[in-house]
Amino acid sequence: MDAFTELAGGFATALTPTNLLYAFIGVLLGTAIGVLPGIGPAMTVALLLPLTRGLDVTGALIMFAGIYYGGMYGGSTTSILLNTPGESASVVTAIEGNKMARSGRAAQALATAAIGSFVAGTIATLLLALLAPTVADLAVEVSPADTFAIMVLAFIAVTSVLGSSRVRGLASLGLGLTIGLIGIDPTSGQQRLTFGIAELADGIDVVVVAVGLFAVGEALWTAAHLRRKPIDVIPVGNPRMSRSDFRRSWKPWLRGTAIGFPFGAVPAGGAEIPTFLSYVTEKRLSKHPEEFGHGAIEGVAGPEATNNASAAGGLVPMLTLGIPTTATAAVLLAAISSYGIEPGPQLFDNEPELVWGLIASLFIGNTVLLLLNLPLAPLWARLLRIPRTYLYAGILFFSSLGAYAANANVFDLFLLLVIGALGFMMRRYGLPVLPAIIGVILGPFAEQELRQALQISNGDVGGLFDPLSVVVYVIVALILLWPLVRRFLPRKVVPSVLEEATHEIEEAHHHHGLTDSVSVPAERRAPDRRDEAGSKPDDGGTRGV
Amino acid sequence: MSSAAPGGTTEQGRSEYGVALFLAALGILVVVQALLLPESRIARGPVGPATVPIVVGALMVIVAGFLALDVSRGGRGEPEGGEDVELSGSSDWRTVLLLAAAFVANALLIESMGWWFSGAVLFWGSAFALGSRHYVRDVLLAFALSFGSFYLFALGLDVVLPPGILEGIL
Repeated sequence: MDAFTELAGGFATALTPTNLLYAFIGVLLGTAIGVLPGIGPAMTVALLLPLTRGLDVTGALIMFAGIYYGGMYGGSTTSILLNTPGESASVVTAIEGNKMARSGRAAQALATAAIGSFVAGTIATLLLALLAPTVADLAVEVSPADTFAIMVLAFIAVTSVLGSSRVRGLASLGLGLTIGLIGIDPTSGQQRLTFGIAELADGIDVVVVAVGLFAVGEALWTAAHLRRKPIDVIPVGNPRMSRSDFRRSWKPWLRGTAIGFPFGAVPAGGAEIPTFLSYVTEKRLSKHPEEFGHGAIEGVAGPEATNNASAAGGLVPMLTLGIPTTATAAVLLAAISSYGIEPGPQLFDNEPELVWGLIASLFIGNTVLLLLNLPLAPLWARLLRIPRTYLYAGILFFSSLGAYAANANVFDLFLLLVIGALGFMMRRYGLPVLPAIIGVILGPFAEQELRQALQISNGDVGGLFDPLSVVVYVIVALILLWPLVRRFLPRKVVPSVLEEATHEIEEAHHHHGLTDSVSVPAERRAPDRRDEAGSKPDDGGTRGV
Repeated sequence: MSSAAPGGTTEQGRSEYGVALFLAALGILVVVQALLLPESRIARGPVGPATVPIVVGALMVIVAGFLALDVSRGGRGEPEGGEDVELSGSSDWRTVLLLAAAFVANALLIESMGWWFSGAVLFWGSAFALGSRHYVRDVLLAFALSFGSFYLFALGLDVVLPPGILEGIL
């Protein structure tokens, strides 16, 4: 019951009028920015980072909790009303959600998403509160060698997400790690990759990297391919659900929570796989399987709950080990470190007020989200109609503002453009952005753990291997060599649910890439896909058997 | 999605090798720079300040090799889609360059003229580059945003953006 006492203390911190106001502003801004098309949750957090500079740590973190949930909910609104997932985790929501909206059930889709997010977020945050202190206690025992191994696992896991090209993921990771190397090496004091430029000595500010890769890269990329035809936003009234909608939603919400939280809590989970798993599960268990593909409410309720639960679950490794598994968590980690606080096992002992304040404000943010978003949905829908010229001009405007305000240095603005150009290139050639951002943020921590481990072992490389880290490295090797490993497995070992999920992911990736996917018959693209499958050696692991 | 890729398959195939080349070059740069680091006396054991850069650089070179192999076998990076993205045409470089120009203009003007001006130039220029032709409305909006954000940051967050030539007035 210790966690409850601590949590009560957390509420005492978070429930002051000022902090409540910050949570409120956070949710409001997070949703408003997150709902804008083209802006995913990670970009929302990155763009709003500078706004918290003037606040004290607690206030800033509380506002972040609001922005975090707000940004995610904003993303699902966009998915449902525009068929435009802001990030991979809401791809699934778009599948059924947009179909529902098209058949005049937008209000129900938004309602089941909002209430499902609330239910899942609340349960998952409770689990986080109960679980995190225990994990932190265990994590204290974890040696630097183990932490390093887990970080390597996180690197490999984010580069090998189902359905995307592995070699391109690794390329992106390499770019991120390289950016993370720039600056003075904290252990030896030597300048690395600074080329004598004084501004680079402190490394590149994470705000600049995140805003550059996400916001500027996205704005430039979209500008190069801007669709000039008017967009088609589905009008929406106040979200509401009928009794039968509730009856069909509550089980998917709970199942989604059960699927999402563990995936988020594992240092290599992420949100893409669990949301697809939830979708497939609901499709199988549904009494109306024929509705799937035409707007089944279960297909929105389940994945949305999963997404939120995995986001809360993702805070477990983030707070206890300092390992983020999603881009949004990575940006959050960077934000927390910028206050000189190092997330890790000691965090719960060193900064109890802060951590529990943060956890309490996750509950508050979640509640505010529900209270705000049900009545404000029509307003958010109207935001979707913002002229694209102003939207992307605004993104560049606020990106520059944020990057400059971080250090008041013009050099950062040029850097922002260079990193934006890098982001453009990555989007053009299909390099995923997530591994790069994880590499930038986690790379320096990983190096620190590695060198600490070797200092403990007095330079003996054998010090990197103990039972736990060996297990982790075996998992890493399995992930890396999966295409090879799979050939030796009997066919039935690959669970059919996973296989189906893989198939759905591939389908969605194809839809995602093609703008008018709705009107294009699937058969027409099928040969093209098979062609690609045959020719991509590194893609083997993602195919169903 | 290779067939929908801008510029056609063959052209993209060739430029995909450019990505591999870029990665390899960057990897080599990282390795060489690490090798040039002076010997450190503080570091103990096999991992000094140069080790991680060498590993990362080598990783990039290896990945570049695999990427080139993938491309030669017909693998293509899938250009990212999105709600406002139409991938059927080729890249609109004019828009991108105009945006970059507006961006650079802001960077060059922010300290001399002040954010109220450079930010407005950035917004107006970007809107123009993206095809907005409501010149007057855009100017008003641009200045509203730049002044608004100036005061928001100054009063709300205690961050003073450069006032430039309006120093003392704002």
